[in-house]
Amino acid sequence: MSSFIGDWHALAILFVAGVIPNQIWRMLGLWFGGGIDENSELLVWVRAVATAILAGIIAQIVVQPPGGLASVPDWLRYSSVAAGFVAFMLARKSIFAGVIIGEVVMIAGKYWLG
Amino acid sequence: MALPPLDSPQWQTSFRAFLWGARSIGATVLTLVLFATYLGIGALAHDSGFSLGWTLASTAFVWAGPAQIIVITTLGSGATVLQSAIAVTVSAIRLFPMVVSVLPLMRTEQTKRRHLILVAHLTAVTLWVECYRFLPQVPRNRRIAFIHGLGLGLVSICLIANTIGYTLAANLTPLLAAGMLMLTPLAFLFSTARNCRELADVIALVLGLLLFPLAAMLNSGVDILVSGVVAGTIAYAVHRARAGIVRARA
Repeated sequence: MSSFIGDWHALAILFVAGVIPNQIWRMLGLWFGGGIDENSELLVWVRAVATAILAGIIAQIVVQPPGGLASVPDWLRYSSVAAGFVAFMLARKSIFAGVIIGEVVMIAGKYWLG
Repeated sequence: MALPPLDSPQWQTSFRAFLWGARSIGATVLTLVLFATYLGIGALAHDSGFSLGWTLASTAFVWAGPAQIIVITTLGSGATVLQSAIAVTVSAIRLFPMVVSVLPLMRTEQTKRRHLILVAHLTAVTLWVECYRFLPQVPRNRRIAFIHGLGLGLVSICLIANTIGYTLAANLTPLLAAGMLMLTPLAFLFSTARNCRELADVIALVLGLLLFPLAAMLNSGVDILVSGVVAGTIAYAVHRARAGIVRARA
């Protein structure tokens, strides 16, 4: 059981760094939501920054890959994303097509490299 | 799967509405995308040295894929708790407009604020998108129950995906384990690209991708925050400038 939970310190960190920072915004939305215009300029900026942060996370995983992904060469990871994007656009913005083609390119490439 | 008509007896009890909500997870491709994302998060958590219980707790209590990935990658790569918390707080701001825009869809005159707490917790990008799609087909007084069913159904799917991803990462060949880790960036990239509604969103996405490698050279511990705020602000400035040009022409 202890290996399932891991150490309690890590769980405490999860609450401080993960749970609280998210729930704050949800509860603020619940409390003050009534008075805010969804299309206000502030929220346009907030959405743009949030989107760019998400893009940064995507880039981080591809550029500085964690664990097992680090064994795949840089150019192959980038090719996988590029191929997935082409498929995504060709299939009228199908998320599914993009993910499948990206995966096929990376796995086939890595298999072929040995 | 089609929902029953608005005047159907199927909507007479909240419990039935809850079940219709839970069944609706089968009616959307986003469930599949979410499954793939959380499969990837399970694998990522495993490779970054977190326990399975920790991973499941993060899904149940954080319930925001990007935030979970920031916590896992920043803490996994040696950032301090404070740096990680700041990056997550900024990334989570986007939940605020989502909650603000979703709650009026299900409020009635009898609705108290406490009835909406679980809905607010379940609100994340997938649920937010699905609210606009499903709720017009649900009677107003049953919408909260329906969303509880849909949201808790999605959480359950993701907990299962986490467990499978975590277990597989430990046992798969290196080739397939790498493939599973790659699911997260691919699924996020294309679902974000699909959600881009305005030019500002597109610029923020593209610049955010391009600026991160530059920001990473700073090695500040909050690189994602730096590239995010810079790219997002430039995107907003372009949006403003463009709105100004349109107004000047008119």
